[in-house]
Amino acid sequence: MIAADARVYRLGEFHPFAAEGHRFLYLVPAGAIFELDAAARAVIDRLAGGEASHDDLVAQLKAVGLSTPDAEELIVELYQSRVITAGDIKPEPLEEAPADCPLQTLVLNLTNQCNLSCQYCYEFGADKVATPSGKPKFMNFETAKASVDFLLQQSAGRRGVHITFFGGETLMNFPLLQNVVIYARDRADEQGRSIDFSMTTNATLLTPAIIEFLSENRIGVTVSMDGPADLHDKLRVFANGRGSYGIIEPRVRELIQKHRTRPITARVTLTSGVTDVIRIFRHLKNDLGFHEVGFAPVTTSPNQLYAINDRGMDDVLAQFHQLADEYLEYALRGEMHGFSNVSDTLSELYQGVNKSHPCGAALGLVGVGPSGDIAPCHRFVDSDTHALGHISTGIDREKQNDFLRRGHINSKYDCHTCWARPLCAGGCHHEAYVRYGDTGHPNLHYCDWIRGWTETCLRIYGAISVHNPEFFRVFAERKALS
Amino acid sequence: MKHLRPLNQKASRIAVQLARPTGDNEDDVIALQNPPQPAPRPHIPMGCSLSFSPGWEVDSAGGTAGLCQPVERDIYDCYVTCFWPAQVPDHLNNYPDWASKCAAATKDWRNLDLVFP
Repeated sequence: MIAADARVYRLGEFHPFAAEGHRFLYLVPAGAIFELDAAARAVIDRLAGGEASHDDLVAQLKAVGLSTPDAEELIVELYQSRVITAGDIKPEPLEEAPADCPLQTLVLNLTNQCNLSCQYCYEFGADKVATPSGKPKFMNFETAKASVDFLLQQSAGRRGVHITFFGGETLMNFPLLQNVVIYARDRADEQGRSIDFSMTTNATLLTPAIIEFLSENRIGVTVSMDGPADLHDKLRVFANGRGSYGIIEPRVRELIQKHRTRPITARVTLTSGVTDVIRIFRHLKNDLGFHEVGFAPVTTSPNQLYAINDRGMDDVLAQFHQLADEYLEYALRGEMHGFSNVSDTLSELYQGVNKSHPCGAALGLVGVGPSGDIAPCHRFVDSDTHALGHISTGIDREKQNDFLRRGHINSKYDCHTCWARPLCAGGCHHEAYVRYGDTGHPNLHYCDWIRGWTETCLRIYGAISVHNPEFFRVFAERKALS
Repeated sequence: MKHLRPLNQKASRIAVQLARPTGDNEDDVIALQNPPQPAPRPHIPMGCSLSFSPGWEVDSAGGTAGLCQPVERDIYDCYVTCFWPAQVPDHLNNYPDWASKCAAATKDWRNLDLVFP
């Protein structure tokens, strides 16, 4: 160990950012966000020009008006928080995930059948990973019950657990959904635990009775929808090519009007020609009344016609920025804006997440297909290559470990020098598989995009923390509920 | 903390940790998670002239199975660091990712694969 006064200091690993005339840093190895005062800024500006010895630094700080004890204290504070560092430091790899990480969420693919034929669908499209031939098309109640029991058994220690219903088109197996909700709630009650539900649907099959059931049982609903009719109908079509907007529009309006127990969200897939983010947002948020609207570019290999090219992505990001500015105006007034992409990132920044894996797939979350096969998440359901076991025999730990080892940030060399890695951790396993044929490959095609977006959200975070820090209470409560 | 204002939950945890009495030695306290990487240093090539690598030899049986190091180890030497012209993927233009899964050739050489132009 080097004595404090013999140290030669340099900058630690952080990403500096500014907002509203204040300066902040995002401490990458921890995921921590700090605001800097003038003295701390002076140290960082000095070290940005190169290393400095302890005595040099003290002298420099005295020149800007600090007493020697104050300067020493500041240096210790920055050193201990690892904003500045000294000497050779051997990097410690991030912790491994616990071998028996308890489940929190189960995604039940109630069916792999769908009444739409969206060309970009990752379950049916050209890039699909599913191998459904010879497997059941609809989940039966026995498999669903076994899945619920499995979730409750594998989530020991968690008070609350979560089931997400998914498809195919989820509502093509609505009778099973009803039975599962009743069965799961009874089992959870017996154990004195809580369970909540959510689902994703294309909204074509919603009826007043279904909406009533969803509302009564507090089932969160996400509607896959791509915007106003001209954009939505480009790819979200029935098998005969007819667009689905006309069918779902009245149903969505009724859902939002009658389902009052949970916020209703829209999930938009951006494709080539469907990149008019602002117009889509306005339509879904203002005209239809969704509480939140989230966007994601389509998952695709690069040569598909509906893939968005680089220029298209720049255009999307520019519109994201415009909505993000609007989000900030709302936040400063203490209002929710409804642009999920900002809320989700702010929520993670608020916690200070530092991810070993991009998401909970195969950790706290697994997907179960109609056959009872267990997959890392709903996107890998029905794929023989990625199956992690069967609901009757449990998770194959060897396969799970292999999946997690490859997806771990430690094995993604490209990410090790990136400041956005605590949030991104290399990005979606499924997207990586579609692009690179390996779930453990970092998603290098959107690095610039992720960094640009994270920077924007950091600036919003900084601005909110200066003018309306109370706003973050939403995220503290949101996390406490989950 | 006096000069850094913690703004998220992780930063607050660091602040709490640093506020604990530490006795005499300030190094008893460290921030959460792993430390920053050491400052980048000049890249010293590990090529033929600086370390031992078998060349493009064959073993006593006329094959490559019995070499003291795998041939991939040698191929990798020719990838970035070596002047020696060898048939390795063009990492400047066409195969920038060829070695992205091979940070340490001695450990990860199995990740080097053939390319099919």
